[in-house]
Amino acid sequence: MDYTTEATTFKSPPVTAPERPNYLNAGYTLRSWLLTLDHKRIAILYLISVSIFFALGSLFAMMVRLELLTPSGDLLQPDTYNRMFTMHGIIMVFFFLIPAIPAVLGNFLLPIMIGAKDLAFPKLNLASWYVYNLGGAFTLWALIHGGVDTGWTFYTPFSTTYSNTHVIAVALGVFINGFSTIFTGLNFIVTVHRMRAPGMTWFRLPLFIWSMYATSLIIVLGTPVIAITLLLVAAERLLHLGIFDPKLGGDPVLFQHLFWFYSHPAVYIMILPAMGVISELVAAFSRKRIFGYRIVAFASIAIAVLGFLVWGHHMFVSGQSIYAATVFSVLSMLVAIPSAVKVFNWTATLYEGSVSYETPMLYALGFIGLFTIGGLTGVMVATLGFDVHVHDTYFIVAHFHYVMVGGTIMAYLGGLHYWWPKMTGRLYNSFLSRISAMLVFVGFNLTFFPQFILGYLGMPRRYWAYPPEFQVLNVLSSAGASVLGLGFILPLCYFGYSLFKGRRSIDNPWGAVGLEWDTTSPPPTFNFDVIPVVTHGPYEYNPEQVHRVTHPEEAAVV
Amino acid sequence: MSSVAADPHAVHAHAQHHPSLAHQFDNLDQQRESSTLGMWIFLVTEIMFFGGLFTAYVIYRSQFSAAFQAASHHLNVIMGGANTAVLILSSLTMAMAIWAAQVNRRKLIVVFLILTMLLGATFLGVKYFEYKEKFTHHLVPGPNFEFDGPDPQHAQIFFSLYFIMTGLHALHMIIGIGVLTWLAVLSWKGRFNSEYHNPLECAGLYWHFVDIVWIFLFPLLYLLGAHAH
Amino acid sequence: MSEHVSSPRFYFLIFAALIVLTGVTVWVAEIDLGAANDVVALTIAVTKALLVMIFFMHLRHSTRLTVLTALAGFFWLAILILITMSDYVSRGVILPVPGK
Repeated sequence: MDYTTEATTFKSPPVTAPERPNYLNAGYTLRSWLLTLDHKRIAILYLISVSIFFALGSLFAMMVRLELLTPSGDLLQPDTYNRMFTMHGIIMVFFFLIPAIPAVLGNFLLPIMIGAKDLAFPKLNLASWYVYNLGGAFTLWALIHGGVDTGWTFYTPFSTTYSNTHVIAVALGVFINGFSTIFTGLNFIVTVHRMRAPGMTWFRLPLFIWSMYATSLIIVLGTPVIAITLLLVAAERLLHLGIFDPKLGGDPVLFQHLFWFYSHPAVYIMILPAMGVISELVAAFSRKRIFGYRIVAFASIAIAVLGFLVWGHHMFVSGQSIYAATVFSVLSMLVAIPSAVKVFNWTATLYEGSVSYETPMLYALGFIGLFTIGGLTGVMVATLGFDVHVHDTYFIVAHFHYVMVGGTIMAYLGGLHYWWPKMTGRLYNSFLSRISAMLVFVGFNLTFFPQFILGYLGMPRRYWAYPPEFQVLNVLSSAGASVLGLGFILPLCYFGYSLFKGRRSIDNPWGAVGLEWDTTSPPPTFNFDVIPVVTHGPYEYNPEQVHRVTHPEEAAVV
Repeated sequence: MSSVAADPHAVHAHAQHHPSLAHQFDNLDQQRESSTLGMWIFLVTEIMFFGGLFTAYVIYRSQFSAAFQAASHHLNVIMGGANTAVLILSSLTMAMAIWAAQVNRRKLIVVFLILTMLLGATFLGVKYFEYKEKFTHHLVPGPNFEFDGPDPQHAQIFFSLYFIMTGLHALHMIIGIGVLTWLAVLSWKGRFNSEYHNPLECAGLYWHFVDIVWIFLFPLLYLLGAHAH
Repeated sequence: MSEHVSSPRFYFLIFAALIVLTGVTVWVAEIDLGAANDVVALTIAVTKALLVMIFFMHLRHSTRLTVLTALAGFFWLAILILITMSDYVSRGVILPVPGK
């Protein structure tokens, strides 16, 4: 593969045949976008919203890392620092990580991948975007008025009684946002059950669909519990009820049970879609079906189910019974098994595959490595005896950033890079995109690997000052964060450029197999000119029969 | 087993496009099954939503049963029991409204929907009097709470849960009545018949669910202290 | 259309059963049966809920998927309540240490 010629995509689009009707040019008015029922347009609306919140959440991360450059608290007041990490967590978890892959890639691809015209409930889909923004508005209002300082975990009685920040507004913002997620999950479940094309049996579905389905199960079963919990926090704060306040006879550990019952499965809401993306990327860029398809499909369901049984591992030092803690510890190790199985299967897919290193694959390979580290450290902290030492230290912070950033965000970026030509009909500069991927990978590791060491050495999390002996590692971490930030900013530039000046893509620029690649790039409003009849399974890669795009010039429309 | 969703005979189905068939569906059966499944999934989210409150209730009751029993004794079993009967009757009228649609009796749909709404309003009326009574007896959690018993702190928690659980339930009833009002108007206009009445079916599911929540709330909240005279 | 139509008389019978069960649960609650009070009250409540779900909510004539969905909801609630309870119930329990 000749990489050097790829830098030629800075040319303006050549004179081409007139643009075919597709979902993007079917109406240019604001109204046609804001009142759309097309799942693809809703996906683009979500792309804009989640990107804005991601940028906002990153700003808070930047403030945290700036403060932590020096051991003493010299940049921010301690209360302000508390608000920084809290808003970073709340925005990233609820307004980016949970919705990103399902609402952007899931919304866009799910109907197409199953051969349907749209989701089961298009109006509900549009409603979910508006509800997302409504929840965001509450949170932004609170942000403007000083934010919240409770940690994204809202532990009581601080959040209910002692905090002097706008807890109720943020709690309501997250509560409302939860409905947005529930609407999406509900829509996905009904769509997958009832709207598959003729011949699309369950075991012919791409693994991305299995992941979205498993994710949706978690969403509908778990999200309502955090909804009621936050409602109780708001009620207690407003009416001084005492349900979670020990001074009034309440039980703060009960809050933690209710909170983590959702918030642990929530992490699987964040990672399962990512794993689904990785399955698609690994198959496409090894030109091979995923090894052990059925096992990977069942593993997704297993993760969803088992994920509901382990929440107490967040409460090992909260005063839980030691017997409950032990059982939670064992179950937490069990849930690692299906995740590990997936990593083995992706690796086995790569073996003797025809691997190529385009940008999406770089992200996928990065994911496999970083998720493995995140997952293994997850097993470490699932171990009760170990966790009591590293709980609430930077070890935990590093662990979850490895899975959420090294995992979910890498997969999200990989998916965006893979399906960008499909969604927009444009190609992006693949030299810049590869540089970006490298920056993300290097920057990420530089930011978070030192944090494992810091945590192990005893540096607590959520502290605004630390002992001077931890400074070198903190400086490394903050330096890494700058590199990582650059890696996130670059895609904004070349993706943005590609929308206006990028070369137009052919329908299947990667030579991949899947229903989404059988339709045009961008797809027509109703996805297919003729609803396909499916006669074979996914990932039917045959090097002789399927034409492989070997030269980037071939990916562009002439 | 209908694992394949689309109608293989979709070619001629397109020619008989039913006015109530949404564009993303191939036929009315698929649409009906989808909306029923979707509504049940929503009800599952409601089960988990109320479920968090039931969990809190179970935990506190198991730990402070004496205080909870004493507190529960202050609830009016007659009013609660009457309300239970009212809601069960409203479930009957709701089921009858759907039956009326199934047998194409347009006016009866409206009659039964209105009856259901009236019964719902009755329920809310009784609740209003119950709440007023609590307020008079200083049993509303907050600065005016007074409880003469050995464990007023946990009795207050009982009342916090009582108000939140029944309040949330009442809110669901109010929303339900609102939805039924709109459906009654649509029914009057002849929108529903034996071929298409999905919104009625979905509203019915919602209404019955709200009834089921009360079926559990009543014994847990009201009958706990019934024998503690 | 494959929809089953139940008769009004049938619905009325279910309604009557529900009223009777309500009466029974109030009557039993007045009698002190100790721990059994809770068991009886919950059993009756579950029975009433099942009657409403199977007959009024048409689970009887619904697809297997719908029934599974309904059951899953209650099963997950059971997970939430029972596992949370298991923490509280097992606190302060001291298991015998071998050798002592």
